[in-house]
Amino acid sequence: MSEILVKDKDIVIPGQLLATGMDYLPASGTLRDSDKIVSSIIGIASLNGRLIKIIPLTGPYVPRRDDVVIGKVVDIGFSGWRVDIGWAYQANLSIRDATQEFVEKGSDLTQYYNYGDYIMTRITNVAGSKIIDLGMRGPGLRKLTEGRLIKIIPSKVPRVIGKQGSMITMIKENTNSRILVGQNGFVWISGVNPEDETRAIEAIKMIDQESQTDGLTESIEKFLKGEKK
Amino acid sequence: MTLTKRSDGRKFDELRPMEAKVGVIKRANGSAMFKIGNTQAIAAVYGPRELYPGHLQNPEKGLLRCNYNMIAFSGAGDRVKPGPSRRSREISMVTENALNSIVDLNQYSNAVVDVFIELVNTDAGTRCAGICAAAMALADAGIPMRDMICAVSVGKVEDKIVVDLNYDEDSAEKGVDFPVAITARTGKVTLLQMDGLLKKDEIKDLLRAAKKAAEQINKVQVKAIREKYEK
Repeated sequence: MSEILVKDKDIVIPGQLLATGMDYLPASGTLRDSDKIVSSIIGIASLNGRLIKIIPLTGPYVPRRDDVVIGKVVDIGFSGWRVDIGWAYQANLSIRDATQEFVEKGSDLTQYYNYGDYIMTRITNVAGSKIIDLGMRGPGLRKLTEGRLIKIIPSKVPRVIGKQGSMITMIKENTNSRILVGQNGFVWISGVNPEDETRAIEAIKMIDQESQTDGLTESIEKFLKGEKK
Repeated sequence: MTLTKRSDGRKFDELRPMEAKVGVIKRANGSAMFKIGNTQAIAAVYGPRELYPGHLQNPEKGLLRCNYNMIAFSGAGDRVKPGPSRRSREISMVTENALNSIVDLNQYSNAVVDVFIELVNTDAGTRCAGICAAAMALADAGIPMRDMICAVSVGKVEDKIVVDLNYDEDSAEKGVDFPVAITARTGKVTLLQMDGLLKKDEIKDLLRAAKKAAEQINKVQVKAIREKYEK
């Protein structure tokens, strides 16, 4: 006898029983304990047919292949750069993946990316937690200059972007800002003037904190339009 | 001699008043406060982060590292002294073991999840309050967990079985202190220590009492977590 014990969009906590019986399948954020399905994180239950998934409300960023992330150059070696992407270990960006140009042996790598530079980059390979390779090939991957950087909870990134980018487009249009969101929760904002930048940051922080509430898009829209003169 | 009344007027199976809050430390990845009577623990979770010394790194799974500390001003000078001690090393270790069986660190290979438990005010039952706070902080940090966990110290004072001992009872002559950590859903015991002597039947009674008390503590924990996330 299978039974589901949570409703869609319920907030669950670790160890909470989600379903009994073998008719349901555990997806991400859940685990199976004999014939029971249990949540393993704090999040929102999402039921899709027989599949039970938990959308996390908190948690660290774990690097995945093909994620586009924002990172900070923290070290320069013989053959590339070491980049902090908000994970326990630094990622590696080699010369070959960083630029199309021919870089002569022993040349000064700081002319491409210097210490402290922020870059929009793609994870090309993940082999264990200490070997993470980055690449700069792809649209929009570049060094980030003149902007502000904030950090949000990585699991909220899909909400900040919205369906087909609806949320981020709305913020961009209403604040006249360029915004880039990395999957690791780093958000880069560059506006025409500081006031607009600040408003964009406030809107993103609102999404970060209230992502689980209903009518989020409306309240963000109201916020963006309300203060705009 | 028989115990007719507890020093603070509680019933024998009554817990001290509890209070819990999640997200008390802004800069930590996860944090929580748990207060039971005059014992107050604050736990902060950092990580997964880079693990040093390097020989502790495990490519198969992450490491959980706990640090238990009674802050120098948290209690009377005969018991609480500043700095690490044999006692705090031991309690850090048993806390680590109690929590290790519920956290799932398989996806954090080579990394470490640090749990710092600081006791702000102490009146017995500190390792239990620490575990209660640490469990909430780990959940708040988004570390995958198989279950929630809470801990309570039960014991024997004179001939009576009592729940949640205070310092007077804990230090009473021939008093037995019996801290137990119990998982919320499965009811498994992950910490069990005994300071004193007990008969076999008494141990069974104590475990039963601990299980009952744990249910109440778990409710407080769940409520605190929900308070932060259900807005």
